[in-house]
Amino acid sequence: METATKTENIERMKYTTEKNISGAEIMVRSLIQEGVDNMFGYIGGAIMPVYDALYDYQDELKHFMSRHEQGAMHSAQAYARISKKVGVCFTTSGPGATNVITGLADAYLDSTPLVVITGQVGSGLLGTDAFQETNIVGVSMPVTKWNYQITRADEIAEIMAKAFYIARSGRPGPVLIDITKNAQILKADYHYKKCEGIRSYQPMPKLNKTEIEAAAALINSAKKPLLLAGQGILLSGAEDELLEFVEKTQVPVACTLLGLSAFPTNHPLYVGMLGMHGNYAPNMNTNECDVLIAVGMRFDDRVTGDTSKYARQAKIIHIDIDRSEHNKNIVVDVPVLADAKDALKALNKVVSGEYRTAWMKSFKDYYQIEFDKVIKKQAYAKSDQINMAEVIRILSEQTKGEAVLCTDVGQHQMTSARYYGFKRPNTQITSGGLGTMGFGLPAAIGAQVGDRNATVVSVSGDGGFQMTLQELAVIKQYHLPVKAILLNNSFLGMVRQWQDLFFDQRFSNTQLENPDFVKIVEGYGIQAKRVSSRDDLETAIQEMLDSPEAYFLEVVVETESNVLPMIAPGAAVSDMRLE
Amino acid sequence: MKEYTITIFSENDIGLLNEVTIVFSRRKINIESLTVSESEVKGVSRYTIVAFVADNRIENVVRQLEKIIGVFKALYFEADQIVHQEVALFKIANSTKLNGNLENLVRTRNAKILSVNPDFLVIEKVGYKADNQELFNELEQYGVLQFARSGRVAVSCQKREFTSYLKELTN
Repeated sequence: METATKTENIERMKYTTEKNISGAEIMVRSLIQEGVDNMFGYIGGAIMPVYDALYDYQDELKHFMSRHEQGAMHSAQAYARISKKVGVCFTTSGPGATNVITGLADAYLDSTPLVVITGQVGSGLLGTDAFQETNIVGVSMPVTKWNYQITRADEIAEIMAKAFYIARSGRPGPVLIDITKNAQILKADYHYKKCEGIRSYQPMPKLNKTEIEAAAALINSAKKPLLLAGQGILLSGAEDELLEFVEKTQVPVACTLLGLSAFPTNHPLYVGMLGMHGNYAPNMNTNECDVLIAVGMRFDDRVTGDTSKYARQAKIIHIDIDRSEHNKNIVVDVPVLADAKDALKALNKVVSGEYRTAWMKSFKDYYQIEFDKVIKKQAYAKSDQINMAEVIRILSEQTKGEAVLCTDVGQHQMTSARYYGFKRPNTQITSGGLGTMGFGLPAAIGAQVGDRNATVVSVSGDGGFQMTLQELAVIKQYHLPVKAILLNNSFLGMVRQWQDLFFDQRFSNTQLENPDFVKIVEGYGIQAKRVSSRDDLETAIQEMLDSPEAYFLEVVVETESNVLPMIAPGAAVSDMRLE
Repeated sequence: MKEYTITIFSENDIGLLNEVTIVFSRRKINIESLTVSESEVKGVSRYTIVAFVADNRIENVVRQLEKIIGVFKALYFEADQIVHQEVALFKIANSTKLNGNLENLVRTRNAKILSVNPDFLVIEKVGYKADNQELFNELEQYGVLQFARSGRVAVSCQKREFTSYLKELTN
């Protein structure tokens, strides 16, 4: 009987037309039509009919039940970023829906494609302050690419097609679909047709020949060019085109935080990370270059520092798919409205350049200064306590830069970005724009679901880890071999660093009296270990990586170490301090 | 800060007005006036928004408006690039004080008497905001019971019309 139902289901899910089925069933079938196979979420009253429909499709649509909706969101985000699919998340109405706001805001700032489905009270109760009613469409409007409230079963298929199309096309982003309970229960005729366009929405700009020519002319005459690679490279899958461009033009490449892993860090033309805690050379040379080629990045204030002192000497080319990003933060000379892949493909036909010995030497010289003053002291520390940087360096060496790193927010995040040698695209998953503490652990869950064979390592601090540690239960329940590193300095390290540098060392509310993390993790049934001596560090990391199952490693690190170098808030990129 | 008139063409969908105003409110820009109704194309709404915006920010605001899904086009204009008007309605108590003075005033001010009741009169004037304000000041001596003014409506002087943008978008 059970097998018959299953075969029947597999057969039925291929249909794009069927008469008189429930809204919940239409919802589930729509997901299958969009190629969804893994989802995250949290059940509750107003979404129960959809979860009931999911019960018949457990093999086709795997649902991972989080322990808090925020966790489900971050898992869905990481899943989207690693699988290049649209991340899907379900929650109930009211508090279930309001708990997705942080994830939506995070995905919106970091251009992550999501379709988030929230249950809603019956349409007759809308506006009456019914139990668990929240105007989530109103609440989520500023943090979604698009949102819509479905109140009838017969609109589900069309709206879901539109939701997936909007989430994944152009500059990707999160879409929220609110669906009333009656729309899930009532029946309608089902007909699924993929969305192929919306007349008021032009996601893929046509390449403008004049813009490409202007950009190429600047690139070909540049003496001291610098390319800034953003997440747009990864989102458009332009890693190969970037590599070809760089090898043709011999232009040095720096990555933004979210652009990391778009370009191999061991390439001779890779010069490091940009921004507040990036590398010394690319920041200093931003104010030395003659042509700045920004690809799929948005001149975030953490990258630019003081905009009035940012690359004033340079001609700036800005390739971006989102027209509203041009001249938003930095006024540019040649805006190119295009998908990064299309633009680089077109440029690759017309650009060339020779290796610029003196220019490249200036990057090497700056690197040497950074190595002597910072890297040597931190990544090869000799102090009593372990430094965060050496943990990441060893992790990078032991995984050969091939692991997927899911980081939280703070000092450990910047340290991971600085010291992990990313070699494969889409292997750094972090909360960039929003800076959401608690992102790392649930993100690792989503990443592991998205790539079952990858070594997925979450790196957190003791502050952020406590914001979403309930998701350990998900790791256990679904047997996910996630490796979780906790860099414990008993402080909110990054805030402590700012207090140290800019608030006269008045350490207000940054020292934490922490629980016994090993006991907590063991309580969830996950193997856990604490290490505090340098002598044990390499073995401990190796043991963690060798484990076929989930593993938690707490590393007790220096309590009062600062992440350097640093561009102080409001300072120019070339005023980066080394100590 | 300069006064700009922003014209937006959008789908006539629930919630779009909210999306539009969020772009202004998040940058702490106050909307001086706002008019929305159907444009020359059926189902397409035309917004006319008046706001004071910094010269170097107006382009960013308009691009962010255009980014909203449901918005076809957003344009901005300075005063000399548009022809604009607003409508004002004045409700005045019908009393012996009027004595024919009103008719004279209405004629010289290019206004008209829209409705006459035993208790009140309604005068309508189409003009610039300042002209309508001036008439209000003059009518005050007769006792203005209500004064309602529309937001600005404006058409641009530019050669390219919305229908040509729409054609480009739907091709």
